[in-house]
Amino acid sequence: MLLLALDTATPAVTVALHDGACVLAESRQVDARRHGELLLPAVDRVLAEAGLKLDAVSDIVVGVGPGPYTGLRVGLVTAATFGAVLDVPVHGLCSLDGLAYASGLTEPFVVATDARRKEVYWARYADARTRLTEPSVDRPADIADQVAGVPAVGAGALLYDTVFTGVRREAPEHQSAGALAALAAEKLAAGEELPAPRPLYLRRPDAQVPANYKVVTPK
Amino acid sequence: MADSRGGPLVLGIETSCDETGVGIVRGHTLLADAVASSVDEHARFGGVVPEVASRAHLEAMVPTIQRALKDAGIAASDLDGIAVTAGPGLAGALLVGVSAAKAYAYALGKPLYGVNHLASHICVDQLEHGALPEPTMALLVSGGHSSLLLAPDITADVRPLGSTIDDAAGEAFDKIARVLNLGFPGGPVIDRYAREGNPDAIRFPRGLTGPRDPVYDFSFSGLKTAVARWIEAKRAAGEEVPVADVSASFQEAVVDVLTRKAVRACKDNGVDHLMIGGGVAANSRLRAMAERRCEDAGITLRVPRPKLCTDNGAMVAALGAEMVARNRPASDWDLSADSSLPVTEPHVPGEASGAAAPHHHGHDHVHEVSKHNLYS
Ligand SMILES: [Zn+2]
Repeated sequence: MLLLALDTATPAVTVALHDGACVLAESRQVDARRHGELLLPAVDRVLAEAGLKLDAVSDIVVGVGPGPYTGLRVGLVTAATFGAVLDVPVHGLCSLDGLAYASGLTEPFVVATDARRKEVYWARYADARTRLTEPSVDRPADIADQVAGVPAVGAGALLYDTVFTGVRREAPEHQSAGALAALAAEKLAAGEELPAPRPLYLRRPDAQVPANYKVVTPK
Repeated sequence: MADSRGGPLVLGIETSCDETGVGIVRGHTLLADAVASSVDEHARFGGVVPEVASRAHLEAMVPTIQRALKDAGIAASDLDGIAVTAGPGLAGALLVGVSAAKAYAYALGKPLYGVNHLASHICVDQLEHGALPEPTMALLVSGGHSSLLLAPDITADVRPLGSTIDDAAGEAFDKIARVLNLGFPGGPVIDRYAREGNPDAIRFPRGLTGPRDPVYDFSFSGLKTAVARWIEAKRAAGEEVPVADVSASFQEAVVDVLTRKAVRACKDNGVDHLMIGGGVAANSRLRAMAERRCEDAGITLRVPRPKLCTDNGAMVAALGAEMVARNRPASDWDLSADSSLPVTEPHVPGEASGAAAPHHHGHDHVHEVSKHNLYS
C-alpha cells in the first residue's frame, strides 16, 4: 500500500506518503492564502523525497474539512483529479480527526480550528481515535460552558484560550497529513470504510437574494 | 510530431465564472466541448454568486473532464498539454480549475499552460474559421467584460484599446431583464422579445459617443438608468409597458455603440478583420448589425457559433494548442489563479523559462508593429 494524504482545509498545506506502516515523507507549510500555489510543489517534493513517482500511489486520502471554503477545495479537487487519472480510490477524512489523532490523547478532549469570522470548527473526542460529535461551527462564547476546562487541541483552541481553558499547548497546533495518513492506514487495515471525499462546509454560501430592483426615478 | 497529426492535442479547463468547461482540440479542430453550468442555481439571486459557482465547479470538475475525453474519443496519455484559465475571473472559481489542471497535468506528466480568459475568447475562433489573421481586432462582450482588443499575436501580444468604464454589456441586459421581470440571465430573453419589437420605437442614449468621449471605451450605466426610468414612468402613468419595443430599443442602443466603435477601431488601426466573442456575441441583433456594418466598411467579420462564444473549455484548449504550436514556455506547478490577470498577459510562463519578454518568438512572420496602423 502507498497512501498519498493531502489536507488544505486549514491554514496548513500538508502532504504525506504512507506505506501502511509508517510515514515515508511529509510536507507541512502554514500559509492561509497560498493553498493553490503550495500544494502541487509539495506533492512533487514529497514524492521526490521518498524516491517514488505518483503512479506508485495505491490510495488517496484527503482532509474534507471543515474549513474555510476556498482553500479546502484545493485539496479536494486535487485528490479527485489524481484519483481519476491513477484510477485509485479517493477517501475522505474529517480534518479535525487528523489533529485529534496527532494529539495522542487518551482522555476525552475537543479539537478546534479557526473558522474565521470569529468562529471555530470543533468536535468532541473520547480519545485520539474516537470522535463523539459531528463537527460544527460556533462562536467560542456560545460553547464556553461545553469546553471550559476540557483538554483542547488545535489553532482554534489556542486562538480563543479564554474559552478553551484546558488548551494543550504541547499538542500540535496545525494539521499534519502524516497523522491523517496514519489514521487512514489504520482504519483501512481494520477494514473500515472511510467517508467519501466530499467537502464539509458547515455554512451556507453567502448569497443575498437581491430585493426587487432599485427604482431609479428621482422622487 | 504533434503537427503530423494536425496540430497539438490539448485539453482546456475553464472555471472563471459559472460554467465548468472542459474542451479538447487538435490544433484548430474541435474534438470535445463539455460544459456543466450552475446558471440555474444563480437564477434566483439575479446574478452569479461566487461561492455557489465554486462549489458547483468542485462537484462538476472530474465528471466534466471524463465526459470531454469520452466525447473526443482520445486517450489522456496522448495529450500534448493541459491548458487552464489562470484569470481573470472569480478567484475561488478559478482556483478549482487551476488546481484540477495542475493535478491532471502532473499525474499525466504533461506540460501545464495557464492562459488568459480574454485571449481564449479570441482564440476560439480558430476552431470555427481557421488561423486568426495577424493582427486580429476583437470585440469581447459578455456579462463580465466589454473590451476592444488588438491582438498582433494571440500567444504573446494582446493590446487593450478600450473597455467599459462601468457595466459590462451583458450586465446591462441582465439588469434591464430584471426591471422588466424577465428573469436571469437577461441576454437570450431580451433578444427574443426584441424580435417582436420596433428598435426605433424609443430613442435611448448611446453612451460615450460624444465628440470628446474616449473613442474605444464603453458605458452602459447611463443607458440602463434611462431605460429603467422610461419603464417606471410608464408604470407610474398606469400604462402597460411595451416589453417588445423596450427590449428592441434597448438592445439597439447597446448593439449600435458596440458595432460602431468596433468598426471604427478596425478602420483607425488598418485592420480588415473583426472578431466578436463572449456571451453577448450570441445576440442575433449584434450579429446582424455587425455583419452589415462590416460589409459596408470592407471588413471581414468572424463570429464563432454561439456555444463557442459563451464561456467554455474549448476556447482554453484552442489557446493552449497555439501556445504549444508556437513553443511558448509552460507554466510552473505553483501557477496562481489570478482574478485580475491583465489582458496583456496571454499566458503565465514559468519562472525558469526566462520568457518574461514575449518578443522572442519562434515563428517567422514577425510584424513590424507600429502603434497606429498594423497593415500600413
Ligand atoms: Zn468570458
